[in-house]
Amino acid sequence: MLKALLNKEFRQIFRNPSIIRLMLAAPIMQLILIPLAADFEVKNIQLAVLDWDHSTYSQKIISRLGASGYFQLVETPKDAATAQEALDNNRVDMILEIPQRFERDLVREDEAKVYFKADAVDVMKAGLAINYSGQIIQQVNQEIREDFVQLPRFNPVPMLNISTQYWYNPGFNYRHYMAPGILALLLIMVGSMMCALNIVREKEIGTMEQMNVTPVKSYQFLLAKLIPFWLLGLVSLTIGLIVCFLAFGLVAAGSYVTIYLFAMVYLIAALGIGQLLATFSDTQQQATLFSFFFMMMFVLLSGLYTPIESMPLWAKSIAWANPVSHFVDVMRSVMLKGSTLYDLKYRMFWLIGFAILFNVLAMLNYRKRVG
Amino acid sequence: MKVFLAFLKKEFRHVLRDRRSLAVLIGMPIVMLLMYGFALSTEVKNSRIAIVDLSKDEVTRTLIQRLDASRYFTVTEYLDNPEGADLLFRQGKARAVVVFQEGFQKSLLHTNTASVQIIADASDTNTGNTVAFYISSIIRAYQDELLTHQKLPYRIQMEAQLAYNPQLKSAFNFVPGVMVLILILLCSMLTAVAIVREKETGTMELILVSPVRPWMMIVAKAIPFLLVGLINVAMILLISYTVLGLPMRGNLLLLVAECGLFVLLALSLGLLISTRTDSQQTALFISLVGLMLPSLVFSGFMFPLENMPLPLQYISKIVPTRYFFNILKSVMIKGLGFSQVWKDTLVMAGMTVFLLGMAVRSFKMRL
Repeated sequence: MLKALLNKEFRQIFRNPSIIRLMLAAPIMQLILIPLAADFEVKNIQLAVLDWDHSTYSQKIISRLGASGYFQLVETPKDAATAQEALDNNRVDMILEIPQRFERDLVREDEAKVYFKADAVDVMKAGLAINYSGQIIQQVNQEIREDFVQLPRFNPVPMLNISTQYWYNPGFNYRHYMAPGILALLLIMVGSMMCALNIVREKEIGTMEQMNVTPVKSYQFLLAKLIPFWLLGLVSLTIGLIVCFLAFGLVAAGSYVTIYLFAMVYLIAALGIGQLLATFSDTQQQATLFSFFFMMMFVLLSGLYTPIESMPLWAKSIAWANPVSHFVDVMRSVMLKGSTLYDLKYRMFWLIGFAILFNVLAMLNYRKRVG
Repeated sequence: MKVFLAFLKKEFRHVLRDRRSLAVLIGMPIVMLLMYGFALSTEVKNSRIAIVDLSKDEVTRTLIQRLDASRYFTVTEYLDNPEGADLLFRQGKARAVVVFQEGFQKSLLHTNTASVQIIADASDTNTGNTVAFYISSIIRAYQDELLTHQKLPYRIQMEAQLAYNPQLKSAFNFVPGVMVLILILLCSMLTAVAIVREKETGTMELILVSPVRPWMMIVAKAIPFLLVGLINVAMILLISYTVLGLPMRGNLLLLVAECGLFVLLALSLGLLISTRTDSQQTALFISLVGLMLPSLVFSGFMFPLENMPLPLQYISKIVPTRYFFNILKSVMIKGLGFSQVWKDTLVMAGMTVFLLGMAVRSFKMRL
């Protein structure tokens, strides 16, 4: 019986080549696009400079900012209003103003001021821009000071030597961090969304009724829906891993066996969610909306874009009850740090729990509808 | 007109009868706003760190206590040697390990220098970087206290002003982002799926033989979603004004007009998709891959556009959400007038005309 049903499902899926193409193209596009685009490193801060002093020191500050790699000197407006207009129109992110008599004040009064004005709509960027400029100003300040005062070479005051090591991703390749996380996202999309739509389609066009009057048992029906998508999910994962290697040169630091073991369990959980969503919706439009809504929640609260530990407690608890967050962490740990199955055993327990929970719920819910 | 009104009534019934979808449609923007407002932040806080204290003296104890007391860190483990760091990182139990050298205090007293090593898990590049930066800042602050408080000569003071958003609220960025996303979802994806649904269930045939004109059908399909979209815009603005403390600096009328233009643009996109597909699944997938994904990636809302590789920057120029996001930020937050956003508006208007033309052409051919 199951074999016949599986046969039907596979035929249905493979008969619609556009779905297959989209299912394969979507992951690849996402996987290439998002890590390429998701470069949060703040560089290329567009800077406008109003230099009223035109002195050696003001030039020194400007050229040091430009040479730092964080800033691009794009405009030298003639007055403050033009500078403000450039900030309004997003042509620049920050304005540096060096007042008249800057150098004279510095030398004679021991103190001089520079003014920064940053576009703070994007909070993170503005904060970093000001941080960086502060560091650079401090360096320049130190150098200027050394022009006047001979500081002793020896350590007259206590100094702590701080050395920092960055492990697992010393080149700060953000793409290597993003790509494994995106893979987790892809699997839940293939698993839940496609599976939910497929089942609801049977309801909407009425073939579900026909299915209900056949001797097919509910678990057989669901299993026949589950298996093809489970396999497709694994195929997507394989393609994804190959893309990771070809596009980003990313090879798992840990074992691929671990990745597949986790993916197998995770996909069962994802499919369970899809089936559960399907039991709650009658039309594909509803199913679309529901899965979109839950996908959004799952993804936003998964730690894919923002770290879980900076969430408030209530959001953290939701993140724990979210299979995506577990799998995102698994993918990153195995791919980048080489974590083993033993290291991640608690994640495995959670995922197995989710897989059982969602599928049992879906089964129970489905049976009611048949009766 | 009577025919049109009757058809419009049918469409409204379709939308209103589907309570569950309606609940999601109205609820989604609220939930998203609240999540972005209260749950998500890129800020590092309560990061778990481990300590390798090879000295165990007064100074290291003070430093460890300072690290633990700061809101950025919680010290959760003490290791005997730095080799244990790998296992901790692999199990995800710490973000960084701080190693104090042997005889830390003694070294500091006698030679005026002592070494601290920070090992950061940089698999999460940004967090790893920030964590290491904060740890060294806390240690530096301690060092500065050791220095006698003498005023250095030749000080350059820096004064920074945070334009538009002095309280550094992240809502200033995500509220426009959520608006863009919701409108694209409602007006393109749902309209496309709703039209294709008639094809799939076979009711399109019935409509084609009825006196309903194609434009009537399209307009009637679009109006309910347009209304839901506008309700959502109103709700988002209300919530961001009352709960999230977002200012409304620009002209409200201009804002609504721009939203209207974007809705029109999104509808034309949805229409174009619907004329080229036969099944809801395909329509949905095209909307997701061809619309949602580029909208998210290229709007400048989640990912900074100026960091992208050049080819992607060029692609972003043909993505409509980018212009709308820009307009929203300029009008809502910076309080700029039409004279500052007319270029973006013109681009959006041009895109609308082009897409609508394409859609109407393919639609006629099908009939």
